[in-house]
Amino acid sequence: MRNSWFVTIFVVSLAIYPTAIFSDYHLFQSTMVVVYAVAILGMAILVGFNGQISLGHGAFYAIGAYSTAILMASWDVPYWATIPISAVICAAFGFLIGLPALRLAGHYLALTTFALAVAIPQILKHNLFEPWTGGVQGLVIDKPDAPFGLKLSSDQWLYLFSLGVAIVMYVFAWNLTRGRIGRAMRAIRDHATAAEAMGINLAMIKTRTFAVSAMYTGVAGSLGAIAVAFVAPDSFTVFLSITLFVGLCAGGAASIGGTIVGAIFIEFVPNLADNLSKAAPGAVYGVILIAMLFLMPVGAGGFLAAIWRKALSRMTGNART
Amino acid sequence: MTQEPGQPLLRVSGVKMRFGGVVALGGVSFDVGHRQICGLIGPNGSGKTTLFNCISGIYRHVEGDILFEGKSLTNLPRHDMAGIGLGRTFQNVALFRYMSVRDNILVGAHNTARTGYIANALRLPAVRREQATADKRLYELLDLLDLHQVIDTPAGAIPFGWQKRVELARALMTAPKLLMLDEPAAGLNHSEVDELAGLMGRIRDQLNLSILLVEHHMSLVMRVSDKVVALEFGLKIADGTPDEVRNEPEVIRAYLGEPEEEDAHAGAA
Repeated sequence: MRNSWFVTIFVVSLAIYPTAIFSDYHLFQSTMVVVYAVAILGMAILVGFNGQISLGHGAFYAIGAYSTAILMASWDVPYWATIPISAVICAAFGFLIGLPALRLAGHYLALTTFALAVAIPQILKHNLFEPWTGGVQGLVIDKPDAPFGLKLSSDQWLYLFSLGVAIVMYVFAWNLTRGRIGRAMRAIRDHATAAEAMGINLAMIKTRTFAVSAMYTGVAGSLGAIAVAFVAPDSFTVFLSITLFVGLCAGGAASIGGTIVGAIFIEFVPNLADNLSKAAPGAVYGVILIAMLFLMPVGAGGFLAAIWRKALSRMTGNART
Repeated sequence: MTQEPGQPLLRVSGVKMRFGGVVALGGVSFDVGHRQICGLIGPNGSGKTTLFNCISGIYRHVEGDILFEGKSLTNLPRHDMAGIGLGRTFQNVALFRYMSVRDNILVGAHNTARTGYIANALRLPAVRREQATADKRLYELLDLLDLHQVIDTPAGAIPFGWQKRVELARALMTAPKLLMLDEPAAGLNHSEVDELAGLMGRIRDQLNLSILLVEHHMSLVMRVSDKVVALEFGLKIADGTPDEVRNEPEVIRAYLGEPEEEDAHAGAA
């Protein structure tokens, strides 16, 4: 127990540390890592823990981002107050999408959610919503300054703000996946019939898990919109959904810690690929992705967990011999 | 063991089931009393498993009724079965493979707890209380079924005989009044079957429940059951104590005359 506190304090200090030394640009990248991590965490709850495949989580990211942008631009809601509102909106959308998902299994669900991701940029561009969404032009929102007269640049503040929100959401996710509900989610993933015989209401757990998942990814979208200070339909193409899925797989689907690795992957590997080859960054990206999956077939989360177990058993093993 | 006065725990009355034109069950009736171990036997294709699936809600029977403590199970959702006291295991072991043995068994406590998403995310005191209660019962069952060694191992990674015990522990965790076992001896070796026989008696005595046992392993059924129901071609051909059923001419005929040789073909099931 004391160990886990020590680890927590260490990780949080490590996460706050960049605020002091990073340039604003690097801080912005770090903020995006935090944002993607929360988005991938939302997917991990659904795909990794509950076994419902979604290729359309970019749609929830977009809904979250637009909720925040519209609330800020049209109603002058302060940026921090948009987060809970956006969470509720996205959870409601997630619940509604989760209802038809009950009748769809495996790749059919993947395809349906994929269709959602394909549709969302066009819906956002639609004339009907243009007074709120700004149509193709999107919406520009103000980057918030640090409150309480803190001597921080707005990038520094946004990094800390996003980090704070993310830490709270990680703690909630950790608790949720380890308790009664988390066990029910994993039981459905592993054997739905047996789960039902144990008294688990499949429809209820699956739709609510979909809602929680959409809420996480939506809140990430909100944080992302505040950090970028701009939303436009073309920021939320199908490619975003695929990118999040890549991050999920790179991190390891049913791993909470792995989502951070996945987020680092999708934020930095495209840049890295670009630096390595200006001509074919996509090919380099592909090679790195395949290499990663070869080295860590169960994702970074599983890889790190295995190393941790090995280190533990070596320590206890030494004590035993 | 004789039935207690009043209604039986489970009453199957006139249950019929058809698959297309094939009559799988042609109107079967029997009772399972309180604290009774009831064995359901019959040759392959006699309808044992169909009946088992009707009781556990996998199939919906077309005629007749199944009463549990006097209440009909006919339109009860499957996820409410555990809540009213019907626990079950599966023929081919249906564990949550990637979850630890501990978590597998704890899933059985799902229906006895109430906390939802928000309470769990916040880890409210009610969640901790439920967890403490569940852990206490978990350790009792680990003792009873001798599973302490594998508690943190993924259920898919332990030997088959152990997996069967985990599944049994998981079913017992639901706090059933009637434990339904679908071929618990299938795939077990001789000594494991012996252990299972002793275990079933202990479970009944310690946990005060009834057991409905669908099983091919004749000597096991005859050894542990208080009452045996024999099916053939979807009809009940005998119903009584193991000795009565063993000597029933219909049963002898259905099993080709030599009940003593049943052990030999038990594994073929």
